[in-house]
Amino acid sequence: MNINATLIAQLIMFVLFWWFTARFVWTPIMAALAARKKQIADGLADAERAKHDLELASKRAADILREAKEKAGDIVAGGEKRASEIVEEAKGQAKVEGDRIIAGAKAEIDQEVFRAKEQLRTQVSAIALAGAGKILGREIDAKAHNDLLDKLVAEI
Amino acid sequence: MAHEAGEVAHEAAHTSSEYIKHHLQNLTWGQLPDGTWGIAHSAEEAKAMGFWALNLDTVIMSLLLGAVIMFLFRRVAKSVISGTPGALQNFCEWAIEFIDTSVRGSFSAKNDLVAPLALTIFFWVFSMNLMDLIPIDWVPGVMGLLGVPFFKVVPSTDPNATFGMAIGVFALVLYYSIKMKGFGGFVGELTMMPFQSKNKVVQLLVVPINLILEGVNLIAKPISLALRLFGNMYAGEMIFILIALMGGAWAGFSAGGVTLFGSQILLSLGWAIFHILIVTLQAFIFMTLTVVYLDMAHQEHH
Repeated sequence: MNINATLIAQLIMFVLFWWFTARFVWTPIMAALAARKKQIADGLADAERAKHDLELASKRAADILREAKEKAGDIVAGGEKRASEIVEEAKGQAKVEGDRIIAGAKAEIDQEVFRAKEQLRTQVSAIALAGAGKILGREIDAKAHNDLLDKLVAEI
Repeated sequence: MAHEAGEVAHEAAHTSSEYIKHHLQNLTWGQLPDGTWGIAHSAEEAKAMGFWALNLDTVIMSLLLGAVIMFLFRRVAKSVISGTPGALQNFCEWAIEFIDTSVRGSFSAKNDLVAPLALTIFFWVFSMNLMDLIPIDWVPGVMGLLGVPFFKVVPSTDPNATFGMAIGVFALVLYYSIKMKGFGGFVGELTMMPFQSKNKVVQLLVVPINLILEGVNLIAKPISLALRLFGNMYAGEMIFILIALMGGAWAGFSAGGVTLFGSQILLSLGWAIFHILIVTLQAFIFMTLTVVYLDMAHQEHH
């Protein structure tokens, strides 16, 4: 409990510890704290920027999607138009072809009718001749009456 | 008093007052009455050494505690990283931010040395006070076995320690007062306030009154700083000693003896828990007052 030189010793220790703290403890730790503060602030700023970027990107993505949809719609419409065109074309071609086939068939039929008539005529004249011969009871000079017969045939 | 002082605490024959006195005596090193230098073996011898003596226990304990704290902080400061901190770094960062916040709260001027000063004071004083929680007979008991007559383990119960620090703070207050305001400004602050007069003669008359008022005000700073810490810790230590005496009154299995023994355990537990608060609070008050005094030293009064 006596006041003695311990006082001075304590004072010296006090100053030394103060100096040590200020020089070797406070400065580096405060520097680290400041660095961390900056790191966190930077991180937050980066996050903010990334959020903004994301917003822009999603907006762009939506734009691209809409464009693509429009384009796809256009393409589908074009395709449908082209398809109907092709169908129309095919219809036209089919009609022409059908007409052509019908015309051919008609011509063939006409030919066939003509040929049958011809044949029929020849046979009718032969029958007429044979009938006439029998009726007359005599031989008709086929040669002498050929012209007549031909005329008859033509008339039939 | 030619007994082995260290063993006194354990001798049944010795009285309560001797026990208390023994616990309150510092281990003092100085010039003995026969002219040689050595350790005082009694309070009278220590007193006779006069000013040029050292309380070895105070010096050793405060040096040791300060060194441990400095070592811990330095270890962190050397390996400090701005990334994810470890446990010790976390603690040190918390401590530093706590000090930084309270210094910013009460110190408005710009001085980068004040916050480290506050850190030093808080943790040094805190660790010195914390020694009060070591059971009071342990360290003196061990030291007694080693042949050391006295050992006070709490440096802040030695007025030399608290006054040493307070004088350091006072010197800083004076230094910064003169540095910030100039010598004239500082003297003006001491003599021209609080009473002022436009009349030169009256002003001259009130100068001594101002000087006395402001001088007392100034001197009171280090004294209150030192005595507050010393008084609180000394009283706390005293109560621990008194509580320890209850168990010391043990005289065999009797109702009274067992009651005393149980009371000692309960009381010292209760007081120790309460003392945790005092330990921290006194360290904090010492630090805060230092910062406030230095803030006043930096402030210009007009």
